[in-house]
Amino acid sequence: MNKYAVIAANRFGLGARPGELDAIAGEPKAWLLAQIGAAAKGTAGTPRTPEVFEEIRALRAARDRSGANEAAPDIVKAYGRTVRAHYVEQAGARYRQAASTETPFAERLVHFWANHFAVSVDKQPLPAIAGLYENEAIRPHVGGSFTELLLAAERHPAMLLYLDNQRSVGPNSELGKRANRRQSRRSIGLNENLAREILELHTLGVDGGYTQDDVTEFAHVITGWSIGGAGERGRFADGTPGEFEFREAIHEPGAKSVLGKRYGEDGVEQGEQVLRDLAAHPSTARHLALKLVRHFVADDPPASLVDKLTAVYLANDTQLAPVYAALIAATEPWTVPHGKYKTPHDFVISAFRAFDHVPDRPQFTVNALDLLGQTPWRPGSPAGWSDRTQDWDGADALYKRIEWSNAVARIAGNRVDPLELGDLALGCAFSDRSRKAIARAESRLQGTTLLLASPDFQRR
Amino acid sequence: MLSRRTLLKYLTAGSTVAVAPGLAFAKANGDARFVLTILRGAADGLAIAAPYADPDYRKLRGELALDRPNSAGGVLDLDGFFGLHPRLVSTHQRFLEREALLVHAVASPYRRRSHFDGQDVLENGGGRVGAMRDGWLNRALEPLGGGQGRETAIALAQNPPLVLRGPESVGSWAPSRLADADAGTIDRLRQLYRDDTFFADRLEQALKSQSIATDMNDVDGRARRAEQLKANMTAAGRFLEAEGGPRIAVVETGGWDTHANQGAANGALANQLEALDSGLAALHAALGEQWRNTVVVVVTEFGRTARVNGTRGTDHGTASAALVLGGAVNGGRVLGDWPGLGARDLLEARDLAPTADLRSVFKGVLTEHLGLASGYVDARVFPGSDSVQALQGIVRA
Repeated sequence: MNKYAVIAANRFGLGARPGELDAIAGEPKAWLLAQIGAAAKGTAGTPRTPEVFEEIRALRAARDRSGANEAAPDIVKAYGRTVRAHYVEQAGARYRQAASTETPFAERLVHFWANHFAVSVDKQPLPAIAGLYENEAIRPHVGGSFTELLLAAERHPAMLLYLDNQRSVGPNSELGKRANRRQSRRSIGLNENLAREILELHTLGVDGGYTQDDVTEFAHVITGWSIGGAGERGRFADGTPGEFEFREAIHEPGAKSVLGKRYGEDGVEQGEQVLRDLAAHPSTARHLALKLVRHFVADDPPASLVDKLTAVYLANDTQLAPVYAALIAATEPWTVPHGKYKTPHDFVISAFRAFDHVPDRPQFTVNALDLLGQTPWRPGSPAGWSDRTQDWDGADALYKRIEWSNAVARIAGNRVDPLELGDLALGCAFSDRSRKAIARAESRLQGTTLLLASPDFQRR
Repeated sequence: MLSRRTLLKYLTAGSTVAVAPGLAFAKANGDARFVLTILRGAADGLAIAAPYADPDYRKLRGELALDRPNSAGGVLDLDGFFGLHPRLVSTHQRFLEREALLVHAVASPYRRRSHFDGQDVLENGGGRVGAMRDGWLNRALEPLGGGQGRETAIALAQNPPLVLRGPESVGSWAPSRLADADAGTIDRLRQLYRDDTFFADRLEQALKSQSIATDMNDVDGRARRAEQLKANMTAAGRFLEAEGGPRIAVVETGGWDTHANQGAANGALANQLEALDSGLAALHAALGEQWRNTVVVVVTEFGRTARVNGTRGTDHGTASAALVLGGAVNGGRVLGDWPGLGARDLLEARDLAPTADLRSVFKGVLTEHLGLASGYVDARVFPGSDSVQALQGIVRA
């Protein structure tokens, strides 16, 4: 068993399933390369955003009409229950797919980019559509160009709702002017949230060379980027509920200047053009390269590799496949196994895969990730989950991992042989120390706990 | 003329043909209740029941030796030769009321010293590692009826252990909260983390917080573990007491692998035994009226070395002791053929030598108590065990 197969399966992939290390031992790098582009397959059985959005919208309208709490507790409950049911179903589908996929590198990339373009389910109605967003906006584009990925993510209703752009109104737009005349006290106006996060988090990076003026101007550019059915009545109600809707009536008219470049008025295409330029910006290239290297190599990314990926990205018109290929071809990811402390998400998926278990109770998976501190699609901020050990290394967090390992071991009972499990999951990264500790465990159950909680298994 | 036993054996031996239900029963006993308790990790039989009057006992056991009866921390006398560990108070009471018996120097047919393999042999019932894919107690269920939705047996665990797995549908139940990792597991993790400060530091810190936040007096999680066993035993009793519920339960408990600082009248193993004793008492209480129809068998995969090791504990051995208790038990007796503890008596000069086969205890319970035909038991439940005779007279006549 060579370390290349182990690194390919555990660092680039989602953790080896039984037999995976053997199967890829011949050509682990080719195995990874062959997966690029494979992610486009969606998770099976999930509805599309407009369907769910419409359902949620109707329930919410009924709830609002009922005067909420006292009047009709059933309606309030029905709304919560429905949102929750969609969330659990989508999370279940995500982790089933992760546990069973034969293209785990592609799947890891889906998770990586979904986290790069993070939405968070602590804001309604995101729990009902976060998984759909991942499937519709992220998944099809992880093997394509970053430009397309960026456009898809920023236009998706989940992102627009999460970062409040659906009702961002240009002051000189038709609606904006009318509101000004009436001195409307209803909050109508510009919302910079999405524009700022696109610049800071999705493209250039916080030190990427933009100013507050750029933020404001860019926010003006994307006024009108909204969704159908953004309101129950009036100006925001039209369009197909749950689909992207460009609302001319709230779009700030006129040419605008972002990062020193002038964009003539062109409706929705003005914003698309800015996004295209942002995608191709050298700061974006470096920002993405840094995040990729941090994810696949080390918390402190080796500068030489970041430089290399930056150059490959810029030379290939934001195409991502050449960047992945350069990452795989580099020496840095392949030096030692165990460079990265797993996130809870990594840990749970890799445990499922080690057991060749496809989790059939979504609630179990959600509960596990909740306990371990990484509730699905709930990073709590648009920055997404951290990819650094320092943000996951709490003592109690480790103890929770041990407790969950113990709980999983109890489920597995004495059916599995933890030594065999360790060999199949970790190959040459299964240390003698772990092996000995497990061999001397008082039961297979205890051995399984030790395996899952071992440093070998907790790192990738 | 063929005896009934030989006849049944003849009819079933070597055949995979299902035994007709009528032949599977010697005498049906629809009231009989059975609880199998597995102590995982190799419980020390010489501590469960000390042969305090054996001339070699004190010398061999050294600081682990228990004192004679009627002294402070002394054993609870059974028969003038053996004494129960002083923490097995309620079990001793059952013995005095002739509701408990002890089988000493008993082992499964497994003769090596791996926990996993030992438990596999104990549970698969086929006589060697991997001999059967299912468990002997599951195979014993077929003649007892039951089935999907009205299971005859239940495991007090999230999933049934091997002994209860197989074609017959069985229930399982465990408290829904995450069970705490037991102290033994945590100790082993400490060892495993020793050279990796990232993990070692965090674990120590977490344990410190854990002990402050939970119970200052329960730093090693002992009380929580005891509570878990007690909860499982209580639940087992309730299941078996319930009208139309299962009649057979399996309870398992870990923490018996006492390689270091085992202790004697007090200490780690004493605490384990106390937890077991109060668990059994809780089972007794929860069974209520059904106690009189119940047989509880407490077994472990193998015993431990007769001598104390270099870390004041004991290593993996061979024979141990089994407890059989319950209102249906013909108790107050110590069974078995004591091999002695002299240098030449020990197996490989280190372990208590086995003189009885655990399968004989199980066979005795299955035939006398649950009413299975011995031919069925020999052929199907414990294949290849014809030479192992069922222990007679476990149940009250």
